[in-house]
Amino acid sequence: MVANSAVSVDTLHKRFGTLHALKGIDFSIAQGEFFGLLGPNGAGKSTLINCLAGLVRPDAGRLSVMGHDVVTEYRRTRRLLGVVPQELVYDPFLQVREALQFQAGYFGLGKENDDWIEELLTTLNLADRATTNMRALSGGMKRRVLIGQALVHKPPVVVLDEPTAGVDVELRQALWRFIKRLHTEGHTIVLTTHYLEEAENLCERIAILDHGAAVALETKSELLARGICRSLHIFASHKIETLPDQLREKVQHINGHSMELRLRKDKDSIVSVLDTIRDAGIDIIDIQVEEDRLEDVFVQLVGEGGK
Amino acid sequence: MYGVYTLFYKEVLRFWKVAFQTVLAPVITALLYLMVFSHVLEGRVKVFEGVNYTSFLIPGLMMMSVIQNAFANSSSSLIQSKVTGNIVFLLLTPLSHFELFIGYVAAAVVRGFTVGAGVFLLAVFYAQVPVHSVSIVIGFAILSSGVLAVMGMIAGIWAEKYDQLAAFQNFIIMPLSFLSGVFYSIHSLPAFWQKLSHFNPFFYMIDGFRYGFFGQSDVAVEISFLVVVIALLVLSVLTLAVLKSGYKLRA
Ligand SMILES: Nc1ncnc2c1ncn2[C@@H]1O[C@H](COP(=O)(O)OP(=O)(O)OP(=O)(O)O)[C@@H](O)[C@H]1O
Ligand SMILES: [Mg+2]
Repeated sequence: MVANSAVSVDTLHKRFGTLHALKGIDFSIAQGEFFGLLGPNGAGKSTLINCLAGLVRPDAGRLSVMGHDVVTEYRRTRRLLGVVPQELVYDPFLQVREALQFQAGYFGLGKENDDWIEELLTTLNLADRATTNMRALSGGMKRRVLIGQALVHKPPVVVLDEPTAGVDVELRQALWRFIKRLHTEGHTIVLTTHYLEEAENLCERIAILDHGAAVALETKSELLARGICRSLHIFASHKIETLPDQLREKVQHINGHSMELRLRKDKDSIVSVLDTIRDAGIDIIDIQVEEDRLEDVFVQLVGEGGK
Repeated sequence: MYGVYTLFYKEVLRFWKVAFQTVLAPVITALLYLMVFSHVLEGRVKVFEGVNYTSFLIPGLMMMSVIQNAFANSSSSLIQSKVTGNIVFLLLTPLSHFELFIGYVAAAVVRGFTVGAGVFLLAVFYAQVPVHSVSIVIGFAILSSGVLAVMGMIAGIWAEKYDQLAAFQNFIIMPLSFLSGVFYSIHSLPAFWQKLSHFNPFFYMIDGFRYGFFGQSDVAVEISFLVVVIALLVLSVLTLAVLKSGYKLRA
Protein backbone atom coordinates (compact mmCIF):
# COMPACT_ATOMS: atom_id res chain seq x y z
CA MET A 1 0.00 0.00 0.00
CA VAL A 2 2.76 2.39 0.96
CA ALA A 3 4.78 1.50 -2.11
CA ASN A 4 2.37 2.87 -4.68
CA SER A 5 0.75 5.58 -2.61
CA ALA A 6 1.54 9.20 -3.36
CA VAL A 7 1.29 10.24 0.27
CA SER A 8 1.19 8.08 3.33
CA VAL A 9 0.67 9.31 6.86
CA ASP A 10 1.22 6.92 9.72
CA THR A 11 0.16 7.71 13.33
CA LEU A 12 1.27 11.29 13.04
CA HIS A 13 1.41 13.32 16.24
CA LYS A 14 2.25 16.97 16.67
CA ARG A 15 2.09 19.07 19.80
CA PHE A 16 2.56 22.81 20.08
CA GLY A 17 3.28 23.18 23.77
CA THR A 18 0.20 21.84 25.49
CA LEU A 19 -1.90 21.88 22.33
CA HIS A 20 -2.19 18.45 20.74
CA ALA A 21 -2.57 19.68 17.16
CA LEU A 22 -2.44 16.27 15.44
CA LYS A 23 -3.61 13.24 17.39
CA GLY A 24 -2.35 10.21 15.54
CA ILE A 25 -3.43 10.83 11.96
CA ASP A 26 -3.39 7.81 9.62
CA PHE A 27 -4.23 7.71 5.95
CA SER A 28 -2.77 7.32 2.53
CA ILE A 29 -3.47 8.92 -0.81
CA ALA A 30 -3.16 6.92 -4.02
CA GLN A 31 -1.18 8.20 -6.96
CA GLY A 32 -3.32 10.25 -9.29
CA GLU A 33 -6.01 10.77 -6.67
CA PHE A 34 -7.79 14.09 -6.06
CA PHE A 35 -7.88 14.22 -2.28
CA GLY A 36 -9.69 16.74 -0.12
CA LEU A 37 -8.55 17.66 3.38
CA LEU A 38 -11.41 19.42 5.13
CA GLY A 39 -12.08 20.66 8.61
CA PRO A 40 -12.93 23.79 10.57
CA ASN A 41 -10.39 26.50 11.45
CA GLY A 42 -7.67 25.16 13.67
CA ALA A 43 -8.46 21.52 12.88
CA GLY A 44 -4.83 20.83 11.96
CA LYS A 45 -4.99 20.77 8.14
CA SER A 46 -2.12 23.17 7.60
CA THR A 47 -0.08 21.53 10.32
CA LEU A 48 -0.47 18.20 8.55
CA ILE A 49 0.51 19.70 5.20
CA ASN A 50 3.47 21.47 6.79
CA CYS A 51 4.66 18.20 8.31
CA LEU A 52 4.59 16.73 4.83
CA ALA A 53 6.51 19.68 3.43
CA GLY A 54 9.08 19.64 6.23
CA LEU A 55 8.05 23.04 7.59
CA VAL A 56 6.82 21.45 10.80
CA ARG A 57 8.64 18.62 12.56
CA PRO A 58 6.35 15.82 13.71
CA ASP A 59 6.68 14.55 17.29
CA ALA A 60 5.85 10.98 16.36
CA GLY A 61 4.75 8.99 13.36
CA ARG A 62 5.95 8.67 9.81
CA LEU A 63 5.15 10.48 6.60
CA SER A 64 6.18 9.49 3.14
CA VAL A 65 5.80 10.84 -0.38
CA MET A 66 5.89 8.31 -3.23
CA GLY A 67 7.33 5.84 -0.75
CA HIS A 68 10.14 8.09 0.50
CA ASP A 69 10.37 9.21 4.09
CA VAL A 70 9.98 12.98 4.43
CA VAL A 71 12.54 13.23 7.24
CA THR A 72 15.33 10.89 6.20
CA GLU A 73 14.91 11.39 2.45
CA TYR A 74 13.81 15.00 2.49
CA ARG A 75 15.79 15.93 -0.61
CA ARG A 76 13.86 13.36 -2.57
CA THR A 77 10.42 14.15 -1.15
CA ARG A 78 10.74 17.91 -1.57
CA ARG A 79 11.36 17.39 -5.27
CA LEU A 80 8.25 15.25 -5.45
CA LEU A 81 6.06 17.78 -3.64
CA GLY A 82 4.77 21.13 -4.79
CA VAL A 83 3.26 23.02 -1.87
CA VAL A 84 1.13 26.14 -2.12
CA PRO A 85 1.21 27.61 1.39
CA GLN A 86 -1.91 29.06 2.96
CA GLU A 87 -0.28 32.36 3.89
CA LEU A 88 0.08 34.85 1.08
CA VAL A 89 3.86 35.17 1.33
CA TYR A 90 6.17 36.72 -1.25
CA ASP A 91 9.62 38.20 -1.60
CA PRO A 92 9.17 41.96 -2.04
CA PHE A 93 12.60 42.12 -3.58
CA LEU A 94 11.67 40.08 -6.67
CA GLN A 95 9.65 40.47 -9.83
CA VAL A 96 7.17 37.80 -10.84
CA ARG A 97 9.37 35.97 -13.33
CA GLU A 98 12.38 36.25 -11.01
CA ALA A 99 10.36 34.71 -8.19
CA LEU A 100 9.72 31.68 -10.38
CA GLN A 101 13.28 31.50 -11.70
CA PHE A 102 14.87 31.72 -8.27
CA GLN A 103 12.49 29.10 -6.92
CA ALA A 104 13.44 26.79 -9.79
CA GLY A 105 17.09 27.58 -9.11
CA TYR A 106 16.80 26.38 -5.51
CA PHE A 107 15.70 23.05 -6.99
CA GLY A 108 18.82 23.05 -9.15
CA LEU A 109 17.00 24.03 -12.33
CA GLY A 110 18.50 26.68 -14.55
CA LYS A 111 17.94 27.98 -18.06
CA GLU A 112 16.66 24.62 -19.28
CA ASN A 113 13.57 25.25 -17.15
CA ASP A 114 12.78 28.69 -18.63
CA ASP A 115 10.29 27.35 -21.18
CA TRP A 116 8.28 25.78 -18.41
CA ILE A 117 8.35 29.03 -16.46
CA GLU A 118 7.01 30.92 -19.49
CA GLU A 119 4.28 28.31 -19.82
CA LEU A 120 3.37 28.71 -16.16
CA LEU A 121 3.24 32.48 -16.54
CA THR A 122 0.87 32.12 -19.50
CA THR A 123 -1.33 29.48 -17.90
CA LEU A 124 -1.62 31.41 -14.68
CA ASN A 125 -2.41 34.56 -16.62
CA LEU A 126 0.66 36.35 -15.34
CA ALA A 127 2.50 36.82 -18.64
CA ASP A 128 1.80 40.55 -18.78
CA ARG A 129 2.94 40.88 -15.17
CA ALA A 130 6.20 39.01 -15.57
CA THR A 131 8.33 42.06 -14.82
CA THR A 132 6.07 43.55 -12.16
CA ASN A 133 7.45 43.67 -8.64
CA MET A 134 5.73 41.19 -6.33
CA ARG A 135 4.80 44.06 -4.01
CA ALA A 136 2.69 45.65 -6.74
CA LEU A 137 0.46 42.63 -7.33
CA SER A 138 -3.07 42.20 -6.05
CA GLY A 139 -3.78 39.42 -3.57
CA GLY A 140 -5.20 37.10 -6.23
CA MET A 141 -2.19 37.61 -8.45
CA LYS A 142 0.17 36.88 -5.55
CA ARG A 143 -1.79 33.69 -4.99
CA ARG A 144 -1.21 32.70 -8.61
CA VAL A 145 2.51 33.32 -8.28
CA LEU A 146 2.51 31.08 -5.20
CA ILE A 147 0.90 28.36 -7.29
CA GLY A 148 3.48 28.89 -10.01
CA GLN A 149 6.31 28.67 -7.47
CA ALA A 150 4.93 25.36 -6.23
CA LEU A 151 4.99 23.97 -9.76
CA VAL A 152 8.36 25.21 -11.06
CA HIS A 153 10.01 21.85 -10.55
CA LYS A 154 7.10 19.85 -12.05
CA PRO A 155 6.27 17.89 -8.90
CA PRO A 156 4.02 14.83 -9.28
CA VAL A 157 2.23 15.59 -5.99
CA VAL A 158 0.66 19.03 -5.63
CA VAL A 159 -0.61 20.21 -2.26
CA LEU A 160 -2.77 23.31 -2.15
CA ASP A 161 -3.60 24.84 1.22
CA GLU A 162 -6.72 26.94 0.62
CA PRO A 163 -5.72 28.17 -2.83
CA THR A 164 -9.03 29.95 -3.35
CA ALA A 165 -9.20 31.88 -0.08
CA GLY A 166 -9.96 35.50 -0.89
CA VAL A 167 -10.04 34.91 -4.63
CA ASP A 168 -12.82 36.30 -6.84
CA VAL A 169 -15.32 34.05 -8.64
CA GLU A 170 -13.75 34.30 -12.06
CA LEU A 171 -10.26 33.55 -10.85
CA ARG A 172 -11.51 30.77 -8.63
CA GLN A 173 -13.08 29.05 -11.62
CA ALA A 174 -9.90 29.56 -13.64
CA LEU A 175 -7.89 28.04 -10.80
CA TRP A 176 -10.18 25.05 -10.66
CA ARG A 177 -9.87 24.48 -14.39
CA PHE A 178 -6.11 24.63 -13.99
CA ILE A 179 -6.03 22.25 -11.03
CA LYS A 180 -8.37 19.85 -12.85
CA ARG A 181 -5.99 19.93 -15.77
CA LEU A 182 -3.07 19.09 -13.50
CA HIS A 183 -5.11 16.20 -12.20
CA THR A 184 -5.99 14.84 -15.63
CA GLU A 185 -2.32 15.14 -16.58
CA GLY A 186 -1.65 12.64 -13.81
CA HIS A 187 -0.73 14.78 -10.82
CA THR A 188 -1.88 13.73 -7.40
CA ILE A 189 -3.76 16.65 -5.87
CA VAL A 190 -4.22 17.33 -2.17
CA LEU A 191 -6.49 20.23 -1.45
CA THR A 192 -7.83 22.06 1.54
CA THR A 193 -10.70 24.48 1.21
CA HIS A 194 -13.54 25.93 3.21
CA TYR A 195 -15.72 26.08 0.07
CA LEU A 196 -17.37 22.71 0.47
CA GLU A 197 -19.16 22.76 -2.85
CA GLU A 198 -15.73 22.95 -4.46
CA ALA A 199 -14.55 19.90 -2.57
CA GLU A 200 -17.79 18.15 -3.49
CA ASN A 201 -17.27 18.88 -7.18
CA LEU A 202 -13.61 18.06 -7.36
CA CYS A 203 -12.43 15.59 -4.76
CA GLU A 204 -12.64 11.84 -5.15
CA ARG A 205 -11.79 11.08 -1.56
CA ILE A 206 -12.08 13.26 1.49
CA ALA A 207 -10.66 13.34 4.99
CA ILE A 208 -12.32 15.53 7.57
CA LEU A 209 -10.17 16.67 10.48
CA ASP A 210 -11.51 18.10 13.67
CA HIS A 211 -9.41 19.07 16.67
CA GLY A 212 -6.44 17.17 15.30
CA ALA A 213 -8.27 13.88 14.68
CA ALA A 214 -9.76 12.43 11.51
CA VAL A 215 -13.54 12.23 11.94
CA ALA A 216 -14.09 10.86 8.43
CA LEU A 217 -11.98 9.34 5.71
CA GLU A 218 -13.85 7.96 2.73
CA THR A 219 -14.83 8.47 -0.87
CA LYS A 220 -17.07 11.37 -1.62
CA SER A 221 -20.10 9.17 -2.32
CA GLU A 222 -19.68 7.26 0.93
CA LEU A 223 -19.41 10.53 2.75
CA LEU A 224 -22.50 11.96 1.06
CA ALA A 225 -24.42 8.78 1.91
CA ARG A 226 -23.74 9.55 5.57
CA GLY A 227 -26.15 12.43 5.34
CA ILE A 228 -29.07 11.48 7.55
CA CYS A 229 -31.50 14.12 6.34
CA ARG A 230 -33.04 15.42 3.17
CA SER A 231 -35.24 18.33 2.33
CA LEU A 232 -38.71 18.01 0.85
CA HIS A 233 -40.16 21.04 -0.91
CA ILE A 234 -43.94 21.10 -1.33
CA PHE A 235 -45.76 23.39 -3.75
CA ALA A 236 -49.55 23.65 -3.20
CA SER A 237 -52.35 25.08 -5.31
CA HIS A 238 -53.59 27.20 -2.38
CA LYS A 239 -51.96 29.16 0.32
CA ILE A 240 -50.79 26.77 3.05
CA GLU A 241 -52.60 27.73 6.28
CA THR A 242 -53.10 24.71 8.52
CA LEU A 243 -50.62 21.97 9.23
CA PRO A 244 -51.08 18.48 10.62
CA ASP A 245 -49.60 18.27 14.15
CA GLN A 246 -47.27 15.37 13.42
CA LEU A 247 -45.51 17.43 10.70
CA ARG A 248 -45.22 20.68 12.58
CA GLU A 249 -41.69 20.07 13.94
CA LYS A 250 -40.36 18.95 10.56
CA VAL A 251 -41.34 22.15 8.79
CA GLN A 252 -38.42 24.48 8.17
CA HIS A 253 -40.45 27.35 6.76
CA ILE A 254 -43.69 28.14 4.97
CA ASN A 255 -43.79 30.69 2.25
CA GLY A 256 -47.30 31.20 0.84
CA HIS A 257 -47.92 28.32 -1.54
CA SER A 258 -44.78 26.43 -0.69
CA MET A 259 -43.03 24.93 2.32
CA GLU A 260 -39.87 23.02 3.13
CA LEU A 261 -39.65 20.00 5.43
CA ARG A 262 -36.54 18.33 6.84
CA LEU A 263 -36.90 14.57 6.85
CA ARG A 264 -34.74 11.86 8.41
CA LYS A 265 -33.76 9.34 5.76
CA ASP A 266 -33.95 6.46 8.23
CA LYS A 267 -37.27 7.30 9.90
CA ASP A 268 -39.48 9.43 7.68
CA SER A 269 -40.99 7.91 4.58
CA ILE A 270 -41.67 10.48 1.90
CA VAL A 271 -44.78 8.65 0.77
CA SER A 272 -46.43 8.70 4.19
CA VAL A 273 -45.46 12.34 4.73
CA LEU A 274 -47.13 13.20 1.42
CA ASP A 275 -50.21 11.24 2.44
CA THR A 276 -50.42 13.14 5.72
CA ILE A 277 -50.19 16.46 3.87
CA ARG A 278 -52.90 15.46 1.40
CA ASP A 279 -55.12 14.26 4.26
CA ALA A 280 -54.79 17.69 5.83
CA GLY A 281 -56.50 19.09 2.75
CA ILE A 282 -53.43 20.57 1.07
CA ASP A 283 -53.54 20.16 -2.68
CA ILE A 284 -50.00 19.26 -3.81
CA ILE A 285 -49.11 20.32 -7.32
CA ASP A 286 -45.38 19.68 -7.22
CA ILE A 287 -42.66 18.27 -4.97
CA GLN A 288 -38.91 18.47 -4.98
CA VAL A 289 -36.51 16.34 -2.95
CA GLU A 290 -33.09 17.66 -2.12
CA GLU A 291 -30.46 15.27 -0.79
CA ASP A 292 -28.00 16.58 1.78
CA ARG A 293 -24.86 18.09 0.35
CA LEU A 294 -21.32 17.76 1.60
CA GLU A 295 -21.80 20.91 3.61
CA ASP A 296 -24.66 19.35 5.60
CA VAL A 297 -22.71 16.17 6.23
CA PHE A 298 -19.74 18.25 7.28
CA VAL A 299 -21.77 20.19 9.83
CA GLN A 300 -23.26 16.94 11.08
CA LEU A 301 -19.80 15.37 11.57
CA VAL A 302 -17.96 18.33 12.93
CA GLY A 303 -20.85 19.85 14.86
CA GLU A 304 -21.15 23.52 15.65
CA GLY A 305 -17.82 24.44 17.16
CA GLY A 306 -16.93 20.80 17.78
CA LYS A 307 -17.47 18.61 20.80
CA MET B 1 25.40 22.85 -6.58
CA TYR B 2 23.22 25.09 -8.73
CA GLY B 3 20.79 25.37 -5.82
CA VAL B 4 23.43 26.85 -3.49
CA TYR B 5 24.68 29.07 -6.27
CA THR B 6 21.14 30.40 -6.77
CA LEU B 7 20.84 31.24 -3.08
CA PHE B 8 24.28 32.87 -3.07
CA TYR B 9 23.46 34.85 -6.20
CA LYS B 10 20.13 36.01 -4.80
CA GLU B 11 21.72 37.08 -1.54
CA VAL B 12 24.41 39.04 -3.40
CA LEU B 13 21.80 40.65 -5.63
CA ARG B 14 19.76 41.54 -2.58
CA PHE B 15 22.42 43.88 -1.26
CA TRP B 16 23.84 44.89 -4.61
CA LYS B 17 20.49 46.21 -5.86
CA VAL B 18 20.56 48.65 -2.94
CA ALA B 19 24.33 49.16 -2.98
CA PHE B 20 23.80 52.80 -2.14
CA GLN B 21 22.75 51.84 1.39
CA THR B 22 24.60 48.57 1.78
CA VAL B 23 27.99 49.45 0.29
CA LEU B 24 28.35 53.16 -0.31
CA ALA B 25 26.84 54.34 2.99
CA PRO B 26 29.18 52.28 5.21
CA VAL B 27 32.16 53.28 3.08
CA ILE B 28 31.32 56.94 3.60
CA THR B 29 30.80 56.41 7.34
CA ALA B 30 34.27 54.85 7.57
CA LEU B 31 35.80 57.74 5.63
CA LEU B 32 34.14 60.25 7.96
CA TYR B 33 35.65 58.45 10.96
CA LEU B 34 38.97 58.53 9.16
CA MET B 35 38.87 62.26 8.56
CA VAL B 36 37.65 63.21 12.01
CA PHE B 37 39.87 60.88 14.05
CA SER B 38 43.00 61.41 12.01
CA HIS B 39 42.52 65.16 12.23
CA VAL B 40 42.05 65.12 15.98
CA LEU B 41 44.48 62.38 16.96
CA GLU B 42 47.30 62.45 14.43
CA GLY B 43 50.56 62.87 16.32
CA ARG B 44 48.88 62.46 19.71
CA VAL B 45 48.47 58.70 19.82
CA LYS B 46 51.51 56.47 19.76
CA VAL B 47 51.04 53.43 17.56
CA PHE B 48 53.54 51.18 15.77
CA GLU B 49 57.15 52.23 15.13
CA GLY B 50 57.44 54.23 11.96
CA VAL B 51 53.69 54.20 11.25
CA ASN B 52 51.71 57.42 11.41
CA TYR B 53 48.32 57.40 13.07
CA THR B 54 46.25 57.98 9.94
CA SER B 55 47.83 55.04 8.12
CA PHE B 56 47.37 52.93 11.24
CA LEU B 57 43.73 53.86 11.42
CA ILE B 58 42.84 52.84 7.86
CA PRO B 59 43.11 49.03 8.24
CA GLY B 60 41.22 49.31 11.53
CA LEU B 61 38.34 51.14 9.90
CA MET B 62 38.39 48.74 6.97
CA MET B 63 38.11 45.76 9.28
CA MET B 64 35.41 47.43 11.34
CA SER B 65 33.38 47.96 8.16
CA VAL B 66 33.99 44.38 7.04
CA ILE B 67 32.84 43.07 10.42
CA GLN B 68 29.71 45.18 10.65
CA ASN B 69 28.57 44.63 7.10
CA ALA B 70 29.18 40.89 6.95
CA PHE B 71 27.11 40.61 10.11
CA ALA B 72 24.40 42.91 8.78
CA ASN B 73 24.02 40.99 5.53
CA SER B 74 23.24 37.52 6.80
CA SER B 75 21.33 38.66 9.88
CA SER B 76 19.08 41.17 8.13
CA SER B 77 18.33 38.86 5.24
CA LEU B 78 17.31 36.05 7.57
CA ILE B 79 15.17 38.14 9.85
CA GLN B 80 13.45 39.78 6.90
CA SER B 81 12.60 36.39 5.40
CA LYS B 82 11.34 35.19 8.76
CA VAL B 83 9.22 38.24 9.46
CA THR B 84 7.69 38.34 5.97
CA GLY B 85 7.35 34.56 5.95
CA ASN B 86 9.06 34.08 2.61
CA ILE B 87 11.68 31.90 4.29
CA VAL B 88 9.29 29.04 3.41
CA PHE B 89 10.40 29.31 -0.21
CA LEU B 90 13.82 28.10 0.93
CA LEU B 91 12.56 25.65 3.51
CA LEU B 92 10.39 23.89 0.91
CA THR B 93 13.38 23.16 -1.32
CA PRO B 94 15.81 20.24 -1.19
CA LEU B 95 18.60 22.60 -0.02
CA SER B 96 20.36 21.00 2.95
CA HIS B 97 21.30 22.86 6.11
CA PHE B 98 24.88 22.93 4.84
CA GLU B 99 23.83 24.49 1.53
CA LEU B 100 21.74 27.15 3.27
CA PHE B 101 24.75 27.91 5.45
CA ILE B 102 27.13 28.25 2.50
CA GLY B 103 24.72 30.41 0.49
CA TYR B 104 24.13 32.94 3.26
CA VAL B 105 27.69 33.04 4.55
CA ALA B 106 29.33 33.36 1.13
CA ALA B 107 27.10 36.28 0.17
CA ALA B 108 27.78 38.03 3.47
CA VAL B 109 31.52 37.57 2.94
CA VAL B 110 31.17 39.21 -0.46
CA ARG B 111 29.39 42.15 1.13
CA GLY B 112 31.97 42.54 3.89
CA PHE B 113 34.80 42.24 1.42
CA THR B 114 33.23 44.74 -0.99
CA VAL B 115 32.74 47.36 1.71
CA GLY B 116 36.28 46.81 3.02
CA ALA B 117 37.71 47.17 -0.48
CA GLY B 118 35.61 50.30 -0.99
CA VAL B 119 37.04 51.89 2.14
CA PHE B 120 40.56 51.01 1.00
CA LEU B 121 40.09 52.39 -2.52
CA LEU B 122 38.96 55.77 -1.25
CA ALA B 123 41.26 55.91 1.79
CA VAL B 124 44.42 55.62 -0.30
CA PHE B 125 43.60 59.03 -1.74
CA TYR B 126 43.67 60.39 1.78
CA ALA B 127 46.77 58.75 3.23
CA GLN B 128 49.47 56.33 2.26
CA VAL B 129 48.98 52.74 3.33
CA PRO B 130 51.74 50.22 2.76
CA VAL B 131 50.81 46.62 2.02
CA HIS B 132 53.19 44.17 3.62
CA SER B 133 51.41 41.02 2.44
CA VAL B 134 48.41 40.94 0.12
CA SER B 135 47.54 37.36 1.01
CA ILE B 136 47.46 38.08 4.74
CA VAL B 137 45.24 41.11 4.14
CA ILE B 138 42.83 39.18 1.93
CA GLY B 139 42.99 36.09 4.13
CA PHE B 140 42.05 38.01 7.27
CA ALA B 141 39.34 39.93 5.45
CA ILE B 142 37.71 36.71 4.24
CA LEU B 143 38.10 34.79 7.49
CA SER B 144 36.84 37.67 9.61
CA SER B 145 33.85 38.40 7.43
CA GLY B 146 33.18 34.66 7.53
CA VAL B 147 33.09 34.73 11.34
CA LEU B 148 30.72 37.70 11.33
CA ALA B 149 28.57 36.22 8.58
CA VAL B 150 28.12 33.13 10.73
CA MET B 151 27.36 35.24 13.80
CA GLY B 152 24.81 37.08 11.67
CA MET B 153 23.16 33.80 10.81
CA ILE B 154 22.92 32.85 14.47
CA ALA B 155 21.46 36.25 15.34
CA GLY B 156 19.05 36.15 12.40
CA ILE B 157 17.81 32.70 13.30
CA TRP B 158 17.49 33.50 16.98
CA ALA B 159 15.84 36.93 16.71
CA GLU B 160 12.10 37.01 16.19
CA LYS B 161 11.78 40.76 15.87
CA TYR B 162 13.90 43.53 14.44
CA ASP B 163 14.54 45.07 17.84
CA GLN B 164 16.01 41.81 19.14
CA LEU B 165 18.40 41.86 16.22
CA ALA B 166 19.19 45.52 16.85
CA ALA B 167 19.98 44.63 20.47
CA PHE B 168 22.38 41.92 19.33
CA GLN B 169 24.01 44.43 17.02
CA ASN B 170 24.17 47.31 19.52
CA PHE B 171 25.18 45.35 22.63
CA ILE B 172 27.50 42.74 21.14
CA ILE B 173 28.78 43.56 17.68
CA MET B 174 29.24 47.32 18.03
CA PRO B 175 31.06 47.36 21.41
CA LEU B 176 33.26 44.42 20.48
CA SER B 177 34.25 46.02 17.20
CA PHE B 178 34.83 49.49 18.67
CA LEU B 179 36.86 48.13 21.59
CA SER B 180 39.01 45.86 19.50
CA GLY B 181 41.75 48.31 18.64
CA VAL B 182 40.28 50.03 15.60
CA PHE B 183 41.38 53.41 16.89
CA TYR B 184 44.44 52.51 19.00
CA SER B 185 47.14 49.95 19.61
CA ILE B 186 46.21 48.03 22.73
CA HIS B 187 49.74 48.59 24.02
CA SER B 188 48.70 52.15 24.74
CA LEU B 189 45.98 50.86 27.09
CA PRO B 190 46.28 50.35 30.86
CA ALA B 191 47.28 46.76 31.76
CA PHE B 192 43.76 45.71 32.76
CA TRP B 193 42.20 46.80 29.47
CA GLN B 194 45.04 45.21 27.55
CA LYS B 195 44.28 41.90 29.23
CA LEU B 196 40.59 42.26 28.60
CA SER B 197 41.16 42.98 24.93
CA HIS B 198 42.76 39.58 24.55
CA PHE B 199 39.37 38.03 25.22
CA ASN B 200 37.81 39.96 22.37
CA PRO B 201 37.95 37.85 19.20
CA PHE B 202 37.56 40.97 17.05
CA PHE B 203 40.88 42.21 18.40
CA TYR B 204 42.68 39.35 16.64
CA MET B 205 40.88 40.07 13.38
CA ILE B 206 42.04 43.66 13.37
CA ASP B 207 45.50 42.92 14.69
CA GLY B 208 46.19 40.20 12.13
CA PHE B 209 44.71 42.32 9.36
CA ARG B 210 46.96 45.21 10.33
CA TYR B 211 49.96 42.92 10.27
CA GLY B 212 49.16 42.36 6.60
CA PHE B 213 49.66 46.06 6.00
CA PHE B 214 52.54 47.03 8.31
CA GLY B 215 54.31 43.77 9.13
CA GLN B 216 53.87 44.71 12.81
CA SER B 217 51.21 43.78 15.30
CA ASP B 218 50.31 43.68 18.98
CA VAL B 219 50.34 39.87 19.11
CA ALA B 220 52.00 37.38 16.76
CA VAL B 221 50.09 37.09 13.49
CA GLU B 222 50.07 33.28 13.78
CA ILE B 223 48.14 33.57 17.01
CA SER B 224 45.61 35.95 15.48
CA PHE B 225 45.21 33.61 12.54
CA LEU B 226 44.65 30.65 14.84
CA VAL B 227 42.10 32.49 16.97
CA VAL B 228 40.11 33.62 13.94
CA VAL B 229 40.17 30.19 12.30
CA ILE B 230 39.10 28.50 15.52
CA ALA B 231 36.31 31.05 16.02
CA LEU B 232 35.12 30.39 12.48
CA LEU B 233 35.16 26.64 12.95
CA VAL B 234 33.44 26.64 16.33
CA LEU B 235 30.73 29.07 15.26
CA SER B 236 30.19 27.22 11.98
CA VAL B 237 29.74 23.89 13.71
CA LEU B 238 27.30 25.52 16.13
CA THR B 239 25.33 27.19 13.33
CA LEU B 240 25.17 24.02 11.27
CA ALA B 241 23.81 22.16 14.29
CA VAL B 242 21.23 24.90 14.86
CA LEU B 243 20.19 24.83 11.20
CA LYS B 244 19.99 21.07 11.18
CA SER B 245 17.79 21.02 14.28
CA GLY B 246 15.35 23.39 12.60
CA TYR B 247 15.49 25.67 15.67
CA LYS B 248 13.11 28.64 15.14
CA LEU B 249 12.86 27.88 11.41
CA ARG B 250 10.84 24.68 11.29
CA ALA B 251 8.11 24.57 13.98
N1 LIG C 1 3.60 27.24 14.91
C1 LIG C 1 2.59 27.04 15.75
N2 LIG C 1 2.76 27.27 17.06
C2 LIG C 1 1.76 27.06 17.93
N3 LIG C 1 0.55 26.63 17.60
C3 LIG C 1 0.30 26.38 16.31
C4 LIG C 1 1.31 26.58 15.31
N4 LIG C 1 0.79 26.25 14.12
C5 LIG C 1 -0.47 25.87 14.35
N5 LIG C 1 -0.77 25.95 15.65
C6 LIG C 1 -2.06 25.59 16.28
O1 LIG C 1 -2.38 24.28 15.83
C7 LIG C 1 -3.76 24.17 15.56
C8 LIG C 1 -3.99 23.72 14.14
O2 LIG C 1 -3.64 24.77 13.27
P1 LIG C 1 -3.70 24.64 11.70
O3 LIG C 1 -3.09 25.85 11.13
O4 LIG C 1 -3.11 23.33 11.31
O5 LIG C 1 -5.27 24.62 11.43
P2 LIG C 1 -6.03 24.56 10.03
O6 LIG C 1 -6.86 23.33 10.05
O7 LIG C 1 -5.09 24.74 8.92
O8 LIG C 1 -6.98 25.84 10.18
P3 LIG C 1 -7.45 26.92 9.08
O9 LIG C 1 -8.61 26.36 8.40
O10 LIG C 1 -7.81 28.09 9.91
O11 LIG C 1 -6.30 27.17 8.16
C9 LIG C 1 -4.36 25.55 15.86
O12 LIG C 1 -4.92 25.51 17.16
C10 LIG C 1 -3.19 26.47 15.82
O13 LIG C 1 -3.37 27.56 16.69
MG1 LIG D 1 -4.78 26.12 7.52
